[in-house]
Amino acid sequence: MKKFLSIALVLVLIVGCFAACGSKAKPEPTAGATPSAAASGDTIKVGIIGCQTGEYAQYGVSVMNGATLYIEQLNANGGIGGKQVEIVNYDNKGDSQEAINAFNLAVDKGITALIGDVLSGNTMAVVGEAAPLNMPMITASATADGVTYDSESDTVYSNVFRTCFTDPFQGEKMANYANEKLSAKTAAVIYETGNDYAVGVKDAFIAKCEALGIEVVDEEGYATGDVDFKSQLTTIASKNPDVLFFPNYYEDDGLIATQAREVGIKATFIGSDGMSGISKYASAADLEGTVYCAGYAPASSDAVKAFEEAYTAKYGTDTLNMFSANAYDAAMVLCNALQIAEDAGLTAGTDEYKQAVIDAIRDKSADLESITCNGYTFDEHNNPVKATNIMKLVGGVETFTETY
Amino acid sequence: MIKKSTIIPMPLRYLINIVLFAAFLFVMNTLITGGTISKYYSGVISSIGISIILAVSLNMATGYLGQLPLGHAGFMAVGAYTSALIMKAAAGSLITFPLALLAGGLVAALFGILIGIPALKLKGDYLAILTLGFGQIIMVVLLNIDDVLGFKLTRGAAGLQKIPKTTTFLITFICVGITCFVIHTIMKSRHGRAILSIRENEIAAESCGINTTYYKTLGFVVSAFFAGVAGGLYAGNIGILNPSAFGFMKSIEILVMVVLGGMGSMFGSVLSGGVLTALPELLRDFDKYRMVVYSLVLVVVMIFKPTGLMGTYDFSLNGLLDKLILRLKGGKGDGGGKAVLVEKEGKANE
Repeated sequence: MKKFLSIALVLVLIVGCFAACGSKAKPEPTAGATPSAAASGDTIKVGIIGCQTGEYAQYGVSVMNGATLYIEQLNANGGIGGKQVEIVNYDNKGDSQEAINAFNLAVDKGITALIGDVLSGNTMAVVGEAAPLNMPMITASATADGVTYDSESDTVYSNVFRTCFTDPFQGEKMANYANEKLSAKTAAVIYETGNDYAVGVKDAFIAKCEALGIEVVDEEGYATGDVDFKSQLTTIASKNPDVLFFPNYYEDDGLIATQAREVGIKATFIGSDGMSGISKYASAADLEGTVYCAGYAPASSDAVKAFEEAYTAKYGTDTLNMFSANAYDAAMVLCNALQIAEDAGLTAGTDEYKQAVIDAIRDKSADLESITCNGYTFDEHNNPVKATNIMKLVGGVETFTETY
Repeated sequence: MIKKSTIIPMPLRYLINIVLFAAFLFVMNTLITGGTISKYYSGVISSIGISIILAVSLNMATGYLGQLPLGHAGFMAVGAYTSALIMKAAAGSLITFPLALLAGGLVAALFGILIGIPALKLKGDYLAILTLGFGQIIMVVLLNIDDVLGFKLTRGAAGLQKIPKTTTFLITFICVGITCFVIHTIMKSRHGRAILSIRENEIAAESCGINTTYYKTLGFVVSAFFAGVAGGLYAGNIGILNPSAFGFMKSIEILVMVVLGGMGSMFGSVLSGGVLTALPELLRDFDKYRMVVYSLVLVVVMIFKPTGLMGTYDFSLNGLLDKLILRLKGGKGDGGGKAVLVEKEGKANE
């Protein structure tokens, strides 16, 4: 019996192997054949790739929902020039190898543009594949500088855009804010060493502080997964800085805020957009006066309210955050560009079409009614030029105070 | 029990295998360069090749040597970063990539010696924990070395970017062939027998005059070397390296391949390395459920075949041909063929 079963299992696996080979032999549309495949249908295919399962699934799911919401609304209103937009959605589990596989598969399926990837590392891996194809791509969440710009060879990936802030931008913004609005003379930083986001924001913050004449009295790191920060915080407390900067994610920030008050740090806490959601992780008293910059201010305008209503009706409130808002904007910017390319009468998938989409994203997104800012313009590194929303913790509530 | 068959002479046996393997490489390579196999599939096939090298090399330490190292991803990381840095420094030349792979393997082997000598004095759980610690140390060092020493080498959490994408199907599968060939011939040699004897009974082996420390380290270092080569291929395939990709789970993933295929079976490692890498991609259409199916396959196999799919069985094409020839010669089906085989074996042993 057991022997029979094991033979059966081996057969199943071998059949699996051959099934794989079989599907390989099928005439899949190759990269070269993509134009005709994409043009033949009455739909425009747009890829969405992200970490929809695994450790960082909350980001990937938010991005997927936000982008899907916009595309469905667009389709309900007639799509692009009468054509419906078809979503080709793949999960990458947060793994760079899978991200490349997912992208190549999406290309096989005939996508004309991509919304994604989600994590910076995965996105850079995808950019390596997408840049030679000149595939238009727009990410809603990859904040690392290297996604759109390679500093080693000083080249900009002209096909890659984003709707979120970059890490250095936020660091500089908060240093400026500390200098201008909080009149800080000294600052300290506590950051997660294994996190490229935290390191990127921290480096920019410190560089800007030095340029502005704010003295950085201490810089403390902690490892991913740490929950006790007392030893680092005690060192910081002894130096008594005016502001303490947290370039980390909100769970860690909450713990740090609580423990910092326990060891007697009086400094004002300031943070980057990763701090969004901190109010659930520390007490209102400990957080009073804390400020951070955010890409998206909930309920700050009618357009935002309409988005929130539609989103909540479809997906609930769990995944409604900055990522879904940025993804909604990313889909808007991309679809607008596709519309322009379609209007020009170009054939989907051709080089001219891709270039037209890229040009349109870069030059013709300024008048869009986007929800995280008033239209998009991009700087020479394809990063969006948009004001940050300063959020302040007042009585335990994250409140939008001003754009800065 | 060493089976010696005289039906197909020795040089011819190698020739048959080499010709078939070369034909496989040629056909697949033509299909890929010709565009019949799309970039997606060729990418998946390359990562299958990398998984096969990892599984076969870990099988050397786990299946043949009988140890349980949990730091295979650490060796892979060392090889990957070494190769990547060389490729970045000297991009463009045709010879760079093979050299980078070799260097990756050698540096990984060096770490294998460093870790192997103290680690292999331990057994079982203790060795597992020590190698596990080694894997973590490598990851944390790669993450923080830039900050601590103040230069730009691994680029920490941001990842080593813009590695030339030089890994192709051909190079990957040539490496697969070399890996399988080297490990196979080692295991068929005197050294391999010594390694197997350690797995079966270390005390008995030692009392027979086998230098167990030497052979254990040898097995461990060969295993580390090929993991390093696989790391180099991985770097060239993906174009960006991030230390978190070489965590504990990666080591476990490779170990699962070996255990599922059957510890001590190279064919098993090749099969399960291929299937377990292809499976998540094949199940893409099931999207959210694919990891459940993947895990379910593992559970079912472990319940019904705890020794792994292949046990310690190894596939031999020439063995199969031998049987076929015997059957044709005997002309009387199974019974006759077996009788002749036994007869031949008897003669060979004399």
